[in-house]
Amino acid sequence: MQAFLVKRLGVGLITLWVVTVLVFSLIQLLPGDVALALSGEERDPAAMAYVREKYHLDQPVLVQYLYWMGDALRGEFGTSLKTNLPVDDMILSKIPVTLQLAVFSMIWALGIGIPAGVLSALYKSRWPDHLANAVGLSGLSIPNFWLGILLILVFAVELQWLPPGGYVPLSEDPWENLASMLMPSFVLGSGIAAVIMRHTRSAMLGALGADYVRTARAKGLAEKVVIIKHALRNALMPVITLGALEFGQLLSGAVLTEQVFNIPGFGKLIVDAVFTRDFQVVQGAVLFTATMYIALNLLADLAYYLVNPRLRG
Amino acid sequence: MVAVSVGVDDTTRPRATAWQRLRRKPAAMVGLVVVLMFVGAALAAPWLAPYDPLGTSWSRIRRPPSELFWFGTDELGRDILSRILYGARASLQAGVVSVAIAMVLGVPLGLIAGYAGGWSDHVIGRCTDALLACPFLILAIAMAAFLGPSLTNAMIAIGISATPIFIRLTRASVLGVKTEDYVEAARAAGNPHWRILVRHILPNILPPLIVQATLTIATAIIAESALSFLGLGQQPPNPSWGSMLNTARSFMSQAPHMAVWPGLAICVVVLAFNLLGDGLRDVLDPKDG
Repeated sequence: MQAFLVKRLGVGLITLWVVTVLVFSLIQLLPGDVALALSGEERDPAAMAYVREKYHLDQPVLVQYLYWMGDALRGEFGTSLKTNLPVDDMILSKIPVTLQLAVFSMIWALGIGIPAGVLSALYKSRWPDHLANAVGLSGLSIPNFWLGILLILVFAVELQWLPPGGYVPLSEDPWENLASMLMPSFVLGSGIAAVIMRHTRSAMLGALGADYVRTARAKGLAEKVVIIKHALRNALMPVITLGALEFGQLLSGAVLTEQVFNIPGFGKLIVDAVFTRDFQVVQGAVLFTATMYIALNLLADLAYYLVNPRLRG
Repeated sequence: MVAVSVGVDDTTRPRATAWQRLRRKPAAMVGLVVVLMFVGAALAAPWLAPYDPLGTSWSRIRRPPSELFWFGTDELGRDILSRILYGARASLQAGVVSVAIAMVLGVPLGLIAGYAGGWSDHVIGRCTDALLACPFLILAIAMAAFLGPSLTNAMIAIGISATPIFIRLTRASVLGVKTEDYVEAARAAGNPHWRILVRHILPNILPPLIVQATLTIATAIIAESALSFLGLGQQPPNPSWGSMLNTARSFMSQAPHMAVWPGLAICVVVLAFNLLGDGLRDVLDPKDG
């Protein structure tokens, strides 16, 4: 039992180490003089000297990596050359905004995906199933930035019901905050809803054919109870762990959604950093996402282990 | 997964080829026809496009669709239909080239990991995990940012980001067939490892790879349009659906038509690849259907 968790933790740590090598080597992709590329077009000698010192560019690549890794272990991703702020502070200050967007998106995704998947499984090969499949496939094929633009056209430009973009903090005005989050979270959640719908459908089909459902029906339980208490409860387990795995897609999507709706979150931070050539921020952001992803996967393993008595043995 | 029904005539005619079975799937055939139409449009863009895709004109800025300009004109007076047709080149090229990069890198690594096992499997496995830990688009954005914005670099970035999918799939497929009798027989006959891999294992794991490649082209096309939308792909003035959408954002109240056509083009071509991929999965790889 503990062996399983220790092994998972070990694999997670090794993976994280490989990620650091990967993120570090991004710098090697820069064409030309690294110090010049990192310090920006102004060719400010002070900035170039800082970069040379910070990245130990006069040393061999391996030594450069060890220095960089040492800083990263202490949670120091350096100082942004554009804003003069520590990179970790910049990242952390953007997290609450993106977290709210992510939570709202997951509400949409689960709220649409699970009922659609259940209906689709209950009416297999009949019209609700075909409809859900068609909508799901479209959901996977519509680029979320285009869906965002279309929603802005309809609800902000034409009908003027919702703001076209921007962000109002929850503490400032809860109503405005909700209004500004409605479209972006739907855009981000709809793509994930399609994935969740497909998984719920197949998990439900599996559960509906299982012995315990047949037993529940044989006991004479009401169909509603059989479906909700017996089939759905069992089918949801893999779907919930899937939520952790969708985290990456959520963050990828947030990059575009935040750009379309002009939301000052983590995704917009990355894009802005790319355009101001603020490479330390880009590196820090990639490392941060990968760390979160690995941690969430470990948590999902742990959760799966805790709710599944068969694994505990 | 569209209509996963293996018809009765499939089982009674085991010799029916994959193509014959695919032909009986309407959704997949619609997908195939649409894909071929887009490929045709991309190849024949110089003859099909009514105007020069780069030709600006101050006298016809942001015109709505009309008989002269079916899809309207953009903020510099360029014909949107012509730009959509030429834009198909960037999108399809990006889809195919980046998937080719991902397969050229991923399939050999997956073959080695699955066939050799042991240390090489561990090393390749952890590298795959590391790549998968960075969300697809964020990794592609970071790489495109460091490499510099261009369509070629976007394709490289998307290709590398998609590589772990093919490593995983190839490895899993190799594990599935490596203990089959024909592989044992090839080994007993004294074939060298590379020949067993290339002549005996690879042909047998191709079907799932083809299915995945088709579906990944759809993902890659969305990724290219996303990178171009952010300004990291095709550079202006060359047309790309993603960058056209980016420009359209600035003129949403004056010229909403500018935002409609490029997005619709992405949607239709991506949906077509997804339909085709789902159909191929049913036909080639029934156990996953």
